[in-house]
Formats: sequence, C-alpha cells, structure tokens
Amino acid sequence: MSDTPESSEERRKFLARLSIGLGCVGAALIGVPVAGFLLAPLVEGVSRKWRGVGAASQFQNGQTVEVKFEDASSVAWAGVTAQTGAWLRREPSGEFTAFAVNCTHLGCPVRWLEQAELFMCPCHGGVYYKDGTVAAGPPPRPLVKYPVRVQDGEVQILTSPTPIT
Amino acid sequence: MTPMQFLRKAWEWFDARTDTSKVLGPIMKHPVPPRTGWMYVFGSATLFAFLIQIFTGIALATAYVSGAGQAYESLRWITDQAFLGRLLRGMHYFGASAMVLLVGIHMIRTFLTASYKFPRELNWVVGVILLGLTILMGFTGQLLRWDQNGVWSTIVAAEQAGRVPLIGPWLARLLMGGQTVGGATLSRFFAYHVFFVPAVIFAMLGLHLALVLRHGISEKPRVANPVDPKTYRAWYEGMLRREGVPFWPDAAWRDVVFGLLVVACVVFLAWRVGPPQPTKPPDPTIIQAYPRPDWYLLWYFAVLAQLPHGTENYVIVGAPLVAGICLLILPLVFNKGQRALSRRPWAAASIVIIVMSVGVLWYQGEHSNWSPDFDARPLQAAIVQSNNPQVQQGAELFHAKGCEYCHSIAGNGGHRGPDLSTVADRLTDRQMTLRILNGGYNMPAFASSLLPDEVSALVAFLSSRKIAP
Repeated sequence: MSDTPESSEERRKFLARLSIGLGCVGAALIGVPVAGFLLAPLVEGVSRKWRGVGAASQFQNGQTVEVKFEDASSVAWAGVTAQTGAWLRREPSGEFTAFAVNCTHLGCPVRWLEQAELFMCPCHGGVYYKDGTVAAGPPPRPLVKYPVRVQDGEVQILTSPTPIT
Repeated sequence: MTPMQFLRKAWEWFDARTDTSKVLGPIMKHPVPPRTGWMYVFGSATLFAFLIQIFTGIALATAYVSGAGQAYESLRWITDQAFLGRLLRGMHYFGASAMVLLVGIHMIRTFLTASYKFPRELNWVVGVILLGLTILMGFTGQLLRWDQNGVWSTIVAAEQAGRVPLIGPWLARLLMGGQTVGGATLSRFFAYHVFFVPAVIFAMLGLHLALVLRHGISEKPRVANPVDPKTYRAWYEGMLRREGVPFWPDAAWRDVVFGLLVVACVVFLAWRVGPPQPTKPPDPTIIQAYPRPDWYLLWYFAVLAQLPHGTENYVIVGAPLVAGICLLILPLVFNKGQRALSRRPWAAASIVIIVMSVGVLWYQGEHSNWSPDFDARPLQAAIVQSNNPQVQQGAELFHAKGCEYCHSIAGNGGHRGPDLSTVADRLTDRQMTLRILNGGYNMPAFASSLLPDEVSALVAFLSSRKIAP
C-alpha cells in the first residue's frame, strides 16, 4: 500500500495528536492522585472532641490560667506539637471562658498579665482586656473563644482549628 | 605507560564517545564583551552560594529527622554532638544568608546597568522568579529548625496567607497541613524545602543560564549605545567578533576568585559565629514565645508592625503582589533605550530609596520598639528617689499594672509608648488621670482595673517625674 503525501501528512497529524493526548492521560493518571494527596487537608473533615483540662474546683473565680489539651487529630509522631494551649478564665460568677492564645493580628501567643488584667502580644504589641476585647494595638478583633463546658465537675474545651482571622 | 599517559588515553576514549569537549568547549570559550570587570561576578557568586546549600543540605538531611516530634532533638544533636555538625549547620545558615544577599546585589547590579533590556527581558523575569524561590527557601529553612520560633513562624505565615481574599483560609490550612500545627506540618515543609522548591530552582536556574548563553552577557553600558531592538543583536555580535574575549579564562577567573571569597567567608562565619542556637522546644503550649524571622525578612516584620490599622489586609496581600508584578513587567515596559546610569536618574534614585527604606525598616525590626518589654523589672529606689509612700506605691503599680511594659522611666521599660521619665513637665495631673482611665489609640483604658487610690498613687508617682529644678 503506497501512501500519498497528503495521507501521510494526515497520518502524522493524527499520530502527533494521539501522542499528546495519551501523554496528557498519563500525566493525569500520575498527577490526580498526587494533587489529591497534597490537597487532602482541605477536604478532610476533622471530628472535634471535648478535652478535659482539669476539675472545675481547681479554678478560682476571677482568675485566668493557661490550660493545655490535645488536638483532635494528632498523629503518633506529632510529639509535643499535638498540644494546644488556651487561656481559661473563670468569671467572678463562676462561668468559664476559654480564649485561643493566638493574637488575632498575626497569630503570636498572647501572654496574660495577672495584675494588669491584660493580654499582651509580644510580636507587634497587641493588647486585650480580660474579656478578650481589643484594648490597644493592631489586632482587628477580639481574642477567639473556644467552646467550653463543665461535665461531671470537669472543665472541657472543644478542640478547634487554629483561628485564622 | 605512565599514569599520566593512561589518564590521557582514558579521557580521549571517553571524549570520543561523549563529545564532551566539543559540547562544553564552545560554552566555556564563548566570547564575552571585554573589560566587564568585577561588577559581573555576583550572579556566579549566587550560584556558588547555592552549591554550598546543596552539599551542606544533603549532608544535614542524612541526620535530620523530619518528624514533628523529633526534629528538634535531631537538630540539637547535629548542633551539639555530631562531628562537624555545628560547622555544617553554620555553613548552611550563612550560605543561605549569602545567597539572599548576593541575589539582591546581583539584581541591583542588573537593574543599575539596565541589563534587563532587549533581548534579555526573560533573563530578568526568570531571575525575579529565582529571587522569590530563594526567599521561599530561606523561610521554609528557618521553619525546619522546628524550635519554638519555627512553630510560631508557621502560624504567623498561615495567618498572613489567611488574609488572601476567598482562598485565604484554604491556603492557611494547606500551610499547616491541617487545622492546627501538628504532626503533618513539618514533614510538608521538609518536602517543600528539600524536594519541591529546589526542583523548581534547578529548572529556573537551567533556563537562566541557558538564556545567558543564548544572549550573551550585557556589555558595559555606554551613553553612545542605547538599545535598539532592531539593530542590537547584529551590533552585539559584531562587537563580540571585533573585541570579544573567551569567557574561560579571561572573565571566569574573577568569578572563581570572588566565588572562593564567598565560600571562605561562609566557612569562616560558620566556624567563628556558628549557626543560630535552637530556641525553646516546639511545644505550642509554651506561651513565652517571641517569633521573629531571620535577618533577611526582619524588615518585612517591621512593616507588619507599623502599618496603620485598617490597611493591613491590603498591604499583607497587596504589597508582595504589586512588588512582584512591578519586577516582572519592568523589562517588558522598559525594554529599549539608554542603559547608562547617567541617563537614568530615576533608576538610580529608586535604588537609593529602596535600599534606604529597607535599611531603616531593618534597623527598626532589629530594635522592635513596638514590642512590649516583658523583662521589665520593678523600678529601683534609686530611680524613684522619693520618701513619699504614695509615690513609692505608684512606682510599684507602674510595674505591676503593666505600664512599664510599654513606657520607660530613666531607661527602664519598653518603648512602645512615650518615655515618661519627665512626663510631669508636659502633662498635668488631670491630663494624666484622664489618659490612664480612658486609654488612647494605642493604650488600654485602666478604669476597670485600678482602684481610685491606685490611680492617685500612679499620678502622684508620674507627677514626680520631671527634670530636676
């Protein structure tokens, strides 16, 4: 069978398109699982868990102390990074409030100044009152609160994503 | 057959089959413009710094553990116990510093000689991408120390990414590898730092070098020789034929000398100064943290601290975007005409302005006066200088109530707020009382946390702060 110049040109065009198309299929076969694996944090739902942080009786009214709890989805190799800190305040009325330690400006950990009754951020000088509202500096909004409850005499905090503000 | 003869035979055998000398020879000997001098060594020096990073990085990776729970311990082991570990970490740190510094100088030189003009526009564009990748390497590398600073820097980075409109929260979550910093975070950054970003750097570097060979390095700018895209190529080739010199060794020797100087400086600093010591462990519940970027991003840290409130979202997202776009389109907009600096006063002025601005911001970032002074100590009697019990009580309250974290008295305390060493010379008791109770733009109101006699004591103390009569 002899090829006319036209048909061999057609054939080359077809083969080129076929090769490019098959190449794309191959790239997708490799790329889709890889991209899916890398983007998993976006689609993975994390079940939130109530974590005990101590007996309610150990927290005095009017006091703010740091408490620690384990993240909801900690992996075996996370080590100390599986922990999250929070500021737990017991109101004079006995109610509990739990604040994320992250400054709403850029996320640095705020410190509690006991006598001044202020939270202060070391990074850029954000200041909050004891109820978490902004007192001064760059923070755009109050400290983020974690859900907190008292169950059978134990104070529990609901694990939450790091607040991105 | 002597060993030398054997080696020569072996080389000839190898070369006959690979054509190595035919391929590499013309590249090494390609003609370059004469009298380029020492201004043209910074690109190759950046490459030498990158080579330091590759070799020390591979060596460090043989001992570093990229697991969130053990990375810190492995870093400490490398620093304190491993044979030559401290030196190697130091070389990697100072190599990174050298790379950032040299990439900056290389870029400034290219800008000042307008080497980005036709036909080298794409060299510049690829160079800008390489600059971004270098900064990315610096930042991810800083996190790999995975001490307290690394953990909190990740969170600060995620917060900044979170400011991007629409996709911000997704970006933040991808950076942390989940909803919080944890086990998934570090292994991701490790993969970015040692596989992903270097792979892109290799690709871009290959393109950058191929373009340098394709278009040749730019000749020294002359007022008489403005770039005309229609005639430049023919003129450049003619010039090379007339007065070009072979790259190897006529120009390359300077690259080697300066490159060796860079390597020697890096090794010397690594030996004498050493790598940054790991800070506290990466435990997110240790609140006493003060995350700061390494020196090359400290100026940006200062920008973030001093932005007027309300402009932040625009600046955090917009400034890098605008800066990046300006750099990328620069050679496309100004691709012809004068290259001589004497005819480009605005180019010279903009470099002076940028270098001075970054310098000032860097100085401010180093001092960080906006940060409260958490180490402030109670004021000593020698500073208070009063027998009045109310004044003494006020001095104690000045520390206890946090005033001293932001205000200094006789050199003690923070610098976030005004220095109050002589405040009584400019404010009355009544003005001070109002200010303390109501606060101000950058000061908390203390009305709810001070008792009336505490306010009186504080004001009594502050009223005693004046230039001695």
